[in-house]
Amino acid sequence: MIWQFDLIILVFLVITALISLSVKDLLSAAMIFGVYSFLMCLLWAGMAAVDVAFTEAAVGAGVSAVFLIATVLRTSRRSSD
Amino acid sequence: MEIFEAISAKFNFWIYIIIMMIGLYAMIAKNNLIKKLIGMSIFQTAIILFYVSIGVKDGASIPILYHDQVHPEHHDESHGDHSAHSPSTDGHDSHAAEDRYLPELVVDGNDFANPLPHVLMLTAIVVGVSTLGVGLAVTQKVYREYGSIEESEILEMIKSGK
Amino acid sequence: MSAVSDFPDWGDPNSPANSYRLSQHYVTETIHETSVPNMVTAVLADYRGYDTMFETVVIFTAGIAIIGILRRFGNDDKDAAKPTLYTKKPDLIIDTTCRLMIPIIQLFALYVIAHGHHSPGGGFQGGVIFGASFILLAVSRDLQAAQKWVPEKRILNLAGIGVLIYAGFGLGSLLLGQNFLDYAILHKIMPATPIEARSHSMLGVEIGVAFTVTAIMFSIYSNLASNGSMKEGL
Repeated sequence: MIWQFDLIILVFLVITALISLSVKDLLSAAMIFGVYSFLMCLLWAGMAAVDVAFTEAAVGAGVSAVFLIATVLRTSRRSSD
Repeated sequence: MEIFEAISAKFNFWIYIIIMMIGLYAMIAKNNLIKKLIGMSIFQTAIILFYVSIGVKDGASIPILYHDQVHPEHHDESHGDHSAHSPSTDGHDSHAAEDRYLPELVVDGNDFANPLPHVLMLTAIVVGVSTLGVGLAVTQKVYREYGSIEESEILEMIKSGK
Repeated sequence: MSAVSDFPDWGDPNSPANSYRLSQHYVTETIHETSVPNMVTAVLADYRGYDTMFETVVIFTAGIAIIGILRRFGNDDKDAAKPTLYTKKPDLIIDTTCRLMIPIIQLFALYVIAHGHHSPGGGFQGGVIFGASFILLAVSRDLQAAQKWVPEKRILNLAGIGVLIYAGFGLGSLLLGQNFLDYAILHKIMPATPIEARSHSMLGVEIGVAFTVTAIMFSIYSNLASNGSMKEGL
């Protein structure tokens, strides 16, 4: 594990987590949550946990973002906070 | 200065705790139900990240044996330094039974990352996405009943309507 | 937060979790006992078989629960009165791209399932990718087009069959006189040595997991996207 790489990804993780929780449009929140999952997958690949990274790439960045988008389109898109 | 050193030596764990607290804050304080679910996922991934990071070893490879180790008959065809993986002397070969697969192969425990946290967290991720699905289904049901996914509006309706 | 200073150093091979005898045993003895190079798959499907089996049951239960939460029974008229989200026009580029991509995605998913012993992958990942190919079909065309290939009844049957395959391997070893999910005894009905029998049974178990995960992923998506009516997707 290269610690510079690690630190950059962790800082981006915090930033994407904050953005996806603070943005008003729920569709963009779902997309930024996909970015968060992908950064998490990169971090795990760096930690030599390839199986976990593979699962997260398929599940977190792919399927759970699709589930969130489906629900957002079926309910309302605005958010008050 | 001491506190700076204490933080920088284990900055990974500090950032895990920050991410976890962000998720907890979103679960408690956010007004929107979908935001709450995103916060729940962030909390979950932070804990999974902590577990995976426990299994990290310096200088260790991914927990899959090399092809050359599993198929030793290919040694002559592929060129390279196969002697790099010399048998270690940690006493594992003392109980070499006759019914073991590849009995001459000795795997050094410090060459590969710890597979146990990976296994536990792998199933946790897939279960996490199905719990996220259940949460989203409940959200849709709430929207069908009340026409809103804001917690304050729903509470208002419950108070005034019933 | 005060506990952070008690955590082990980063990447320390001698930390308590890494130097524990069980982890060391998994690393050093997996190849001898199961002939599987990928330790994660071996621990997932063999040493911790109970865990994985009940995780599969949890996923199955989640899929059933979502159907139970969202499905409207009886009154169809209220559902039909709702306006559609938007009318869908067939798009040549999206249609052609998805027609090219979906078989490739499915082939890759099968490779991931079948090659999970030797490379990263396995039942969970391959199942999710396979389910994602059906989701892509439903997104690019319509939910009805995907329903023609995988109707709901077939999906739920597949999910049940997946759990039953997993339990069947366990019961098979139980019937042959060993513990539940102790695959080594299955060499009596397989043309393999006891150690290879464990490897082959892991493949069978992974296929069972993949069935369930594929089916439930597509079931969750189609229920969420159609608000439980399974009539019209996004």
